[in-house]
Amino acid sequence: MSESHHEHESSFWKKYIFSVDHKIIGLQYGITSLIFLLFGFTIMMLMRWQLAYPEQPLPVIGKIFGENRMPGGIMLPEFYNQLGAMHGTIMVFLGVVPLAVGAFGNYIVPLQIGAPDMAFPKLNMASYWSFFVGGVIMLVSFFVPGGAASSGWTSYPPLSDIATVGQTMWLFGMAFLITSSLLGSVNFIVTIFQLRVKGLTFMRLPFFVWAQLVTSFLLLLAFPPLEAASVMQLMDRLAGTSFFLPSGLLISGQPLANSGGGSVLLWQHLFWFLAHPEVYVLILPAMGIVTEILANNTRKPIGAYKLMVYAIIFLGFMSFIVWAHHMFLTGMGTAISSFFQATTMIISIPSVVILAAFFLTLWGGAIRFTIPMLFALAFLPMFGIGGLTGLPLGLAAADIHLHDTYYVIGHFHYIVAPGTIFALFAGIYYWFPKATGRKMNTLLGHLHFWPSFVCMNLIFMPMFIQGLAGVSRRLYDGGLTYAHAQGALHWNVFISMAVWTLALSQIPFIINLLVSMKCGEKVGDNPWEATTLEWATPTPPPHGNFTRELSVYRGPYEYSVPGASRDFSPQYEEKP
Amino acid sequence: MQEIPYTVAVRQDTGLYNAKMGIWLFLASEVMLFGGLFSAYVLLRVGAGEHWPLGATYLNVAIGTFNTFVLMSSSITMLMAWASLKMKNFGHFKMYQGITIALALLFLSVKGYEYSMKFKHHHFPSDNTFLAIYFTLTGIHALHIIGGVVVNSYLWGPGSKMWQAEPERFTNRIEVAGLYWHFVDLVWIFLFSVMYLL
Repeated sequence: MSESHHEHESSFWKKYIFSVDHKIIGLQYGITSLIFLLFGFTIMMLMRWQLAYPEQPLPVIGKIFGENRMPGGIMLPEFYNQLGAMHGTIMVFLGVVPLAVGAFGNYIVPLQIGAPDMAFPKLNMASYWSFFVGGVIMLVSFFVPGGAASSGWTSYPPLSDIATVGQTMWLFGMAFLITSSLLGSVNFIVTIFQLRVKGLTFMRLPFFVWAQLVTSFLLLLAFPPLEAASVMQLMDRLAGTSFFLPSGLLISGQPLANSGGGSVLLWQHLFWFLAHPEVYVLILPAMGIVTEILANNTRKPIGAYKLMVYAIIFLGFMSFIVWAHHMFLTGMGTAISSFFQATTMIISIPSVVILAAFFLTLWGGAIRFTIPMLFALAFLPMFGIGGLTGLPLGLAAADIHLHDTYYVIGHFHYIVAPGTIFALFAGIYYWFPKATGRKMNTLLGHLHFWPSFVCMNLIFMPMFIQGLAGVSRRLYDGGLTYAHAQGALHWNVFISMAVWTLALSQIPFIINLLVSMKCGEKVGDNPWEATTLEWATPTPPPHGNFTRELSVYRGPYEYSVPGASRDFSPQYEEKP
Repeated sequence: MQEIPYTVAVRQDTGLYNAKMGIWLFLASEVMLFGGLFSAYVLLRVGAGEHWPLGATYLNVAIGTFNTFVLMSSSITMLMAWASLKMKNFGHFKMYQGITIALALLFLSVKGYEYSMKFKHHHFPSDNTFLAIYFTLTGIHALHIIGGVVVNSYLWGPGSKMWQAEPERFTNRIEVAGLYWHFVDLVWIFLFSVMYLL
């Protein structure tokens, strides 16, 4: 930091709202996305009432939703569909990804590579505000005539082409979110390539930075085709084109006036070309966070670091050629199915490599069971279950039975909810002391972790049973009128109870987060005795981050180096 | 406050300054955007089989060819504008950059004329999928041209004050704007071949 630096008398607005500092922007992303996560979760709790007690009025708060959504407190099917579509949209695009990439990426990546800020601070601010506007559009869409988008988070045509105006809002909202992610991903890649401090070679990068780098490439290259598809759907809806409307389509028995000649599969291809890499956008930053925490709390170097790096790069490439395994049942042909089935099996290899490296890291470690470590440890089996249950879905023959059932819901929620979200919780507990100078409370942490861990399994494990029994997803009555479903319906109440218990067990977390900011135990610059560069800054890091010239002399995870005086050897300390 | 490194200077191991790497990444993303649209074109055309009209049934190839030359010329003048700055000739930069903007506006006017003729003959995007993809592709391309005109005009007008204080940084800005402009030009060449000629 130069001596001639003079303090600007910056106003509250400039410092905290329209800030260009990557740490403030990271926190803005973090707070906004946590609120969206809570909102998306609340939506789900309403849906779980409907699934557990179909046709029964929601007690106490049922009336406030109004006659056109829940007359007499009983949920209308249209409203259920809106909640379903928006739960997915909000959780993926406004909750998990902004928290994993926008918040953790923004706050941690420049610190871990020894940079004063992101490469383009103004673009960074634009990225956040674009995200914010997109989120507001999504929220406002609940109040337009006909309500929010109701064609699922996948927005499959022709249903989405003829849906109410909420779908148009969804498309405009997505345009803003895509812009935000484009600006963010360009910024991350340039930052990681250009702003690494002296001595920080690629094989010395913390794995978290690698994960963010690969994630950014996925966002950069996978989102634009969805933007193209969104434009075409907007044209269909506003200009009367027929990109996604085939010839001879009947709506309620009436032939559609459009010219026809379009293809519904076109949308699915373009959508899943984004949305499959998006799955890896959800999971890779989580793996990065878990890596940092595992190394730190086992006091061991991470097992097979280089192999993990190669695995994650391979994973990134492969994720672009597996998308059509979401479309086995569309009749696209067995040849195409076979190809995507093969690539899907191949992509599971690098995931297993990374997971195996995690388990090997635990082997013989002197494990510290801190709160972040508990969440990181829970991530391993949860991600394992989520991944393994995905294999039958990747096989075209098995998928015929399982497609669009609760089995699918159980599978991807195991990856995203007790997988990614647990890793994100771990990250919050782990880096909270860097951002605030205080630790989060351990007792409240335990009260948060254990019930959450139990409830997650009580929620998603029965879904496998329901799915195998043939219960379809997106049934607004929970399968009441569905002959196949009868044998597995008694799980609906059970799952809903577990969901509400899960909600209660987030209260200790919220209290912990708010109270620890003011009253948490004060800690120094490196409370976890970690090795990476973010712990070399003052706490909380000032504008410009580092107060001294840094150089990197060693790899990211040199714990318990034989002959060293302590059990951790930071990257910024010269070898003796 | 510590300065962000490599805003102007080139980093040794990557051989780029920040903005240049940024624009290349942005262009990679643009390739995917137009790639998605062109794939849609291919899929729709294959689906339509022999019903797909020849481009020339709806479009005027002569006008399209003229516009192709207009845009290609603007790409050359854009390059000349950058080269002028490299040779420290600000006057020439002003001229070439001015011509670039003028040619872009000419392109947009011709495009607007083409559009208005379509509407006059009652050819709308909703008529068939050929016109739908034609209007969508050229419309998105035109938006890119408009974006380029806005940026280039800023760099020609108020933005050019930077030449006095930081000539090297300003030259870089023109280079980056130029890379974008060449890309938009390149997209048009694909678009012209696919929509008008095939």
